This record gives sequence, structure tokens and C-alpha cells, in this order.
Amino acid sequence: MNLTNRKFIVGIIFLVVGLIFIIRLFNVQVLDDKYKSESDHNVLREVTQYPARGLIYDRNDELLVYNEAAYDLMILPKQVKELDTLALCDLLEIEKEEFLEKFIKAKKYSRYKPSKFLKEISSISYAKIQEQLYNYPGFFVDTRTLRKYPRNSAAHILGYIGEVNQSVIEKKPYYRSGDYIGKSGLEYSYEEVLRGIRGVKRVLVDVHNREKGSYKDGARDTMAVTGTILRTTLDIILQEYGELLMQNKKGSIVAIEPSTGEVLALVSAPNYDPNMLVGRAVGKNYPTLSRDTLNPLFNRALMAKYPPGSIFKTVQAMVGLQAGVINANSGFACNKAMVGCHNHPSAGSVAASVKMSCNPYYYHVFKRLIQQKKATSIYKDSEIGLGIWATQIKKFGFGTRLETDLPSIKRGVVPDVDFYNLWYGAGRWAYSTIRSLGIGQGEVEVIPLQMANLSATIANRGYYYTPHLIKGLEGVDTIPQKFRKKHSIDIDDEHINTVIDGMYGVVYEPGGTARRARIHESIAVCGKTGTAQNPHGQDHSVFIAFAPKDNPKIAIAVYVENAGGGGSWAAPIASLMMEQYLTDSISIKNLKKEKRILDANFLERGIAKK
Amino acid sequence: MRSYKNILGKVDWLVIVPYLILVFVGWINIYAAVYNEEHHSIFDITQRYGKQLMWIVLALVIAFIILLVDSQFYTSFAIPIYGVVLIALIGVLLFGVETNGARSWFKLGSFKLQPSEFAKFATSLALAKYLSALNINMKDIKTKVMAAVIIGLPAVLILLQNDTGSTLVYAAFIFVLYREGLSGNILLFGILAILVFVLTLIFGPVTIILTAIFAYIVIYGLMKYDVKITFIAVLVFSGLAYVFLHFELTLNVLYYSIVGCLFSLVVYLLTRKEMRDKSIHYLGVAIFVLTCFYIFSIDFTFNKVLKEHQRTRITVLLGEEDKLIEQIEALKIERDVDGISKEEKQIIRDDIGGKRFSLRELRQGNGWNIKQSLIAIGSGGFTGKGFLDGTQTKFNFVPEQSTDFIFCTIGEEWGFLGTFFLVCIYIALFLRILFLAERQRSIFSRVYGYAVASILFFHFLINIGMTIGLAPVIGIPLPFISYGGSSLWSFTILLFIFIKLDSERLLVLR
Ligand SMILES: [Zn+2]
Repeated sequence: MNLTNRKFIVGIIFLVVGLIFIIRLFNVQVLDDKYKSESDHNVLREVTQYPARGLIYDRNDELLVYNEAAYDLMILPKQVKELDTLALCDLLEIEKEEFLEKFIKAKKYSRYKPSKFLKEISSISYAKIQEQLYNYPGFFVDTRTLRKYPRNSAAHILGYIGEVNQSVIEKKPYYRSGDYIGKSGLEYSYEEVLRGIRGVKRVLVDVHNREKGSYKDGARDTMAVTGTILRTTLDIILQEYGELLMQNKKGSIVAIEPSTGEVLALVSAPNYDPNMLVGRAVGKNYPTLSRDTLNPLFNRALMAKYPPGSIFKTVQAMVGLQAGVINANSGFACNKAMVGCHNHPSAGSVAASVKMSCNPYYYHVFKRLIQQKKATSIYKDSEIGLGIWATQIKKFGFGTRLETDLPSIKRGVVPDVDFYNLWYGAGRWAYSTIRSLGIGQGEVEVIPLQMANLSATIANRGYYYTPHLIKGLEGVDTIPQKFRKKHSIDIDDEHINTVIDGMYGVVYEPGGTARRARIHESIAVCGKTGTAQNPHGQDHSVFIAFAPKDNPKIAIAVYVENAGGGGSWAAPIASLMMEQYLTDSISIKNLKKEKRILDANFLERGIAKK
Repeated sequence: MRSYKNILGKVDWLVIVPYLILVFVGWINIYAAVYNEEHHSIFDITQRYGKQLMWIVLALVIAFIILLVDSQFYTSFAIPIYGVVLIALIGVLLFGVETNGARSWFKLGSFKLQPSEFAKFATSLALAKYLSALNINMKDIKTKVMAAVIIGLPAVLILLQNDTGSTLVYAAFIFVLYREGLSGNILLFGILAILVFVLTLIFGPVTIILTAIFAYIVIYGLMKYDVKITFIAVLVFSGLAYVFLHFELTLNVLYYSIVGCLFSLVVYLLTRKEMRDKSIHYLGVAIFVLTCFYIFSIDFTFNKVLKEHQRTRITVLLGEEDKLIEQIEALKIERDVDGISKEEKQIIRDDIGGKRFSLRELRQGNGWNIKQSLIAIGSGGFTGKGFLDGTQTKFNFVPEQSTDFIFCTIGEEWGFLGTFFLVCIYIALFLRILFLAERQRSIFSRVYGYAVASILFFHFLINIGMTIGLAPVIGIPLPFISYGGSSLWSFTILLFIFIKLDSERLLVLR
């Protein structure tokens, strides 16, 4: 048998194997891209650089919100190797059951994506854990920050942050599971500037998940951009004083700088310590707060709709004067057959009617506004009259949503023709049906911010800037255009001054309803009391005011639920607030007034009557 | 006394140059594989690359000494050398130290020697000596038995050391025997049986049998010149291939084609003499039934007979690494978190198909190793990541990267260019050795030459095949490249004895 041909067989086998290897290598190395990404996946760890969230200051550069470091223990299930479960549980100070539960949860979420294993480890535990962590591949620590509120106040304004929910992640691609986002207040409104921009650092890790330096010397890393510093219009001293005065009360105080529309204080009582809704504590505190019958989470200044009561007479007076249905010297008898009133001499002028807050007087004014004899049918006539009236009233910012920079603001109600047509049916209502609007009762509803805005508008003699809380952003010259736009109420100066004379009289003249609103001789306060009838319990005490009378620096609205007459509770609170703001202190003679307020407790009343 | 010049002038530089290239490639890639910042000098002898340089220098000294010794020495002392090695192999069983589960090392102080490495050239010499004797004919049963004993003795002793990889190398001698007259069918059946084994495990017995049926019909049709049957069979077969192309990987079609062709080939080779015989289809049916029996027995063997770690290795080879890794992790949890109930344990076991895997084996993570090895090579791309820039290598994702998995470092850092170059160098070296073997005047030299080529080829086949996922994980070194003194010296001795024999081929008659 000739065996020499067999050398070719053996040679060919060698060659074929070499060829198969080359084809396979070409496939794996050149054609298939899978391995390149897997190799990167092995060694590249993207470390998110969380930007520090923007700080928030008040108008006098007092720090309101800052950040404190917090550490999250992260897990990447794919990399978790054999581990001493008990030792790790000891280190983390958790039970084995909890450990298991978290581990299974993390695995269910993703084997290849890191997720939070343990949130907000204290700095002391962090130091301990960090030392041991190299023993546990697949676990690493993520540093991020928690919000801290050094003043413990202004919770409703500042709001809080929390983890984004799924619907937000779907709508806004910037956010990823576990990110924090502003949930309410300024944290919500200015989320995009406060949050900054996340950065990504790419680091190389070895098979034991130990960092081995940056990838391509950091050429592809992006730096985190720190959140912008927000300066608010708040005067935190005034805010805190307001919160103090409102202790044991339900209601609201809103103070505005009339010349700019800047909100100086926005108190909603009862309130809560903003630090309660930070980090891990949220889980415990949020349910407690939301179950509280006094509803501390509810921002009354923006969300509570109240009947304005007698403070609305200032509006009716201005509208009446502007419409020409009355003049400054119009007088109406205090006819208690029409509507109840307290004992006082009949008002012979608009100013006197404001000062004495005469109810029948404003029934007359409102009647003239509604029934202008522009149609023969009184129903038709009322429709025309109410239409004109409602349009004018809305210019004050009532019944419309003030486009301020806090979320969840209510618009209130200014009933117009459509409203009553829906309510009673077209042609089935007239002045007599709706006359209680004349004295701010009935269907009209306003929020405390709108009341304060009314006060500011009168102080400005006919215009307002939308009340807002942004004073400036670091590195930005102006505030948004919408807060620099003047809104005119289209009432002539002389008519407004007529009303202001009346408001001055409220505080200083005999027969005025709010002599408790006086501060001291050098500061002229103008105000208007209100006592909103409350079918559910004791009347609400209302007061709007501004000071000084000329060149006003502060306009304020105070609403105290279930407190009774406006002059007795809301007025002194407003007075103290204005004094605090204008003089930076409370004078000795007013300390008694202050004590009376601090001692007052109206919480029981509300509950008892319910 | 011949001059040195005379010796160097007659050696075959076309073998020595590739050898030197491979040794150098090995050295710098060991440097890359275990490189660390603190010891960045490639000559640092506290590190593996420094040590490898020492082994290389010593290997060259050994090579030179081999060239100085008269070739007559190797033919004369072939049997004594073989005897000494056998004694050493027995000795290591008694006095050796165990490393990685294999008792195959002699330890003298800090120096370790692996006798099984040296058994390769000793066996080659002994086989060459035996087959070159007068009156030897491979057709004789006595010759076959003696050859088998010569090869089998060291193989069995090495198997007793629990070093499966090194034992398997002795299968390489089948090429030598084939060249010397062993029936080609044995070689063919050997290759085929392995292929069917692997393919059955990949695709399952049913698919393989279906493929075999179609292949058989095609062949039958061709032989009977029955165009219709052939045509229908081809149609059905390509239809099946199309379905697989559509629903599975393209690669599967390739495998099917390979299986089909191989069956065709077998049937053709076995039936060519009986082509005109009516009984051809009886033979065909007989072959078919036997094949079916074999295929099903594979399934049985795999699940019942093979040891767990062997199964694991085969599973890995079959590209089911991901599944295996899942299993490993599942079992890890099971072990670590002993709070898990029995029911939960059962669920995990059900998840992994009810198979029981040895935890120890799983934790060694063969599947993981192969995956990382492929990632390393695959991520090298066309030109590689650059010397010392391989992340898989640098960050220790690849296991045993200076020894068994050294090819990963080359693949990752030098890319396809590097691996292509390396495969070519090897194949060129093997073919050159075959060429030299064929030009020998003495049977002794020719047999020895074939043994050298076959042993080197087998290492090349298994080692590179393993790193690119075409062969099971069997830990044997890549010749001349992998780190380690014993293996480098043994390959050097193996090769240079042949170079010496070749350089004096004109002086010997036998
Ligand atoms: Zn009256």
C-alpha cells in the first residue's frame, strides 16, 4: 500500500483546522461587535455625578435650604459573588430576612443595573461600611445629598423633594429611577434650575470591582453642574414671626411688597417643620401629616377658598365709583330691614361706609351696579349689570388663577352670568337673588393670596404685579417677564384714594372697625376688616391692610378661621406683622397685643363645631 | 569533532525561526498578561515575565546541547529514556505534590518539575524506535498492540495523576500511526464520532437523526443515479435548512450541512465497493440503525456516565455559558443564604433543568472563563487594543492568562492581525515539520517527526480551540508561548531532537 499520499491527508487536516480557527477568529474579532460592548461592560462603570441642588436664600441672604451629604448603598446583582451574608448583615445592621428581601428585589429589578440597596446610611455607618466594602463585590456606595432646612419654617413655600415616580420618568427622559425631584413649593416650581445637571464619570474596574482609574483619562466624562442658587422674596424673619402669631390657629397670612409684587411672607397655619419630609423620615412622617385632621400639608394661602366678607366692600366701592353709579359723597341709610348691620350712624360718604363697614350701604351700591336700567326686564338688566361687574372684578385678579411661582394655586370664584344661569337657570335670577355678593358673601370665593393682592393693588393706587417668590437666580439678571408686567385694574386714582381715606378711617377714626391695627403715630395704616360668615362654625376673622399710607412698603391679608370679628383678631395680627417688617421689632406698647395673639387658640372651635 | 558552524549550518532554520518567534511572542505576552505598575521591568525575575526569560535562556542552552549530541544517541537511548520517564511518572504518583487537583509535580525546593511534560518526547522516541525496527507492519495485530502499549503506558500513568488534559495529548499519536499504515477509517471514525457527539449535544438527538436520514437518502439517490429521489431529498433538506435559517441562527445551517456532508462521505466510503450491489440499502439501514443507537447513547452517556465536571465542560463548549452562569449564581444564593427553604431550593433546581451540578466545579466557573476569554479575544477587533492596553487582561477578567489562556492576551491586545499571524506561524511550523519528516531517510526520524508535529498540533488545537469556544476547557499549554519552564523545555527538547535528527539525515541509513 502506498502510504506517502497520507502526508497530504495529515497536512490537509492541519490546514483545515488552521482555516477553521482563522474563520472563527475573524467572526469573533472582526464581524461580531458583541464582545466589544461586553468588554466595556465588564470594566466600565458609569458613576453618576450628582450635582448639588441649588441653595435657597431669603431676600436678606439668610440661608433657607442647603444640602447635607447622604450615602446610599448600591447593589449590582450581576457582580455579587459569594458572600458572608451574616457578616454583611452585621455590618449594615439589618436582619437577614430584610437582607434577603432587598436582595431578591434588586435582582428582580435588574441583574445588570445598579439599584439602591440601603438608603441614607449615616456618616458614621458609612465610614465603617466603606472600609469593609471591598469584601463584597457588587456593592458600592453612592453619595448624594439631602435637603436641610436650618430655619425649620416656610415649609409650604419651600416644598420638598422626593424620588421621581414612574409617570414622570416616562414623560421627562432626564430622570431615572431613584432620582430626586421637587414635589411641591419652590422645589417643584424651580426644579429645572435648582437640580443642576447630572454628570457621568466613567471609571475602570477590575474583576473584583475595584476602581482602577478613569477611562481615557476622563476625556468622555461630563462634569455635574451645580444647581443654581435661588433667592426668594421671602423675609424669613417676618415669615417666622407670622408662623409664630398663627400658632394654635387655622388660617393664613400673606404679605406683599406692593411696588414689586414680591411676597414677603406666606403663612399657612397649621404648618409643619420642613425637615420632617427629608429622606428616610418621609416614609414615617408623610402619612402622619396627611392623616392629621388639621391638614398641615394643605397650603391655605393658595388653596383655601374663603368668602372675602367685608373687605370686598373696598372693591365694590371702587367699582361703583368708576362705573359712576355713586360718587364719593353718596349716602345711604343703614336700613337694617335690608340686611343686618351693627349700630352706627348712617354713612354719608363712601369713605364713611368703608370705615363703618355698613352692609345696607353696599346692598345699595351693588344694586346700582347690577341694575343699570339698560334693559326693561329686570332679569335682562341684571345679566348685563353682572356681566360688566364680573369683568371688572376679574381685573383685580379675583376668579382667575394668579400666575405665581408656586404650584397648586386655586382660582377662587367670581360668579358671572354663566355661573348663575347654570345655577338658577337663565332669566330666573336678578339682583335680589345675588345681592349678598355686595358685601362679599354668597358665591364669591377668594384665596388669601388674592386678598393680599387686593391690598397691594389699593396701596399701588390701581395696579399690581403678580405676587411671586423669586427675587433672583444666581447668574441671571432678571426675573421672569410675567412678574415684571403691570396689571391695571382700570380704576381712576381719585376713586381709589376715596376708598383709601375710608381704610385710613377704619384704623384711626372714631367708629372705625380696626383700631387695634394701629402701630404707632409715625406709621399710617390703612385697612379693612371683614367677618366672613361661616355656616359651619364661628365666623372667620379677616383683615387686609397696607402701610404706610403714602408710599406703602407692605400690603397684607390675614385670615383667621373661626376667630370671630375681623377687627379683634386679624387686624392686630396684621398690625404686628407690619410693625415687625417696617421697624424690625415690636414696640413695648404693642407687646401686650402680641401676647394676646400668642395666647389665643382657635383650633378647638373649628373642631368642636364640626 | 565538528565545528559549531557545521552544526548550525545544517539545521533547518525554517523550523528554528518560527520557534524563536513563538518563544518571543510568548515572553512579551506573558509580560502583558501579568503586567503591574510596581514591577514594570520586563527583566524583573520576581515576576513571571522575568522568570519566563530565564526559562527561555535555559531552553536555548538545552536546545544547543541537544544539537551538540550525536543523533545516534537518541536512536540508541530511545528505550532507556522512555524507561526513565516511566519510572519518573510512577515516582511522581508516590512522591509528587498536588497542584490544581493533579499530582503531577516533583518539588525540589522552590523549583517544580512536571515529568508528564517530558513523557511526550520520550514516548515519541520509543514509538519511533519500535516502528523503525525491521519486520514491522502496521497491518499486524501485534504491531498495533505494541504501539498502543507504548503510547498507552505513559497516558495511563498521567491519567492516574488526575491530569486529564495531558492524557488526551496522547490521542495525537493516531496521526503518526495513520501515516505508518493504520487504517484511515479509524482516523475518520474518530473525527466523526467526536463531531456527532458534539453536534448531538448541541442540537439534540432527534434533529441529528433527521439530518442523517436526509443525508442518507441523498447519497442513496446519487448512487442509484435516481435523480428524482435525490432531487426530492435535496428539496426537503434545503427546506429544513431554510426553516432553521429563518427561526434559528445562521450558524446552525452550517452545522447541518457539515453533518449532512460527513454522513454522505461515510456512506460513500463504506459502500463504494458495493455500489452495484443490490444489498446497498441493507448496509445503509444497518449503518443508520447503528448511528441512531450511537446518538441516543451519547445522550445517555452525557447524563449518566460522565462525571459532573466533565458534563460542565461539555455544556460550556456548547455555548450554554449564560445558562450556566445563571445556575452558578442561583446556587450561590442557595448556599450563602441558608435561610432558604427546601421548597425554594427545589425551585432553583427545577430552574436549571433538574440537573445536579457540583458546586465546586461551578464556582471554578468554566462557563465564566470561556465567556471572558471570548470577550477578551472578540473585543480585540481587527487591530487589537494595543500592547498593555487589554482591559480584560489587565483587570484579571481572564483566568490563567499567562498559562492556558495566554491566547486571550494576544487576541485582545493584537487583534485579528495578531491571532491570524500566530495561527499562520503555527500552521507553517507544523507543515514544515511534516515536510522535513517526509524527507527523512530513516523511518525512526520520520515517525519521530510526525510525533512532534502531531503533539504540537494537538496542543494548538485544544488550547486555541478552548479559548475561542470550539473545544472543551482542557488545561493544556500553548506550545512555546504559555508560561512555564517544564512545558517550554519539554517542547524545546521535543522539537530540537527532531531538528538534530533532520540535520544528520544524510548520515543515517535507517
Ligand atoms: Zn350699617
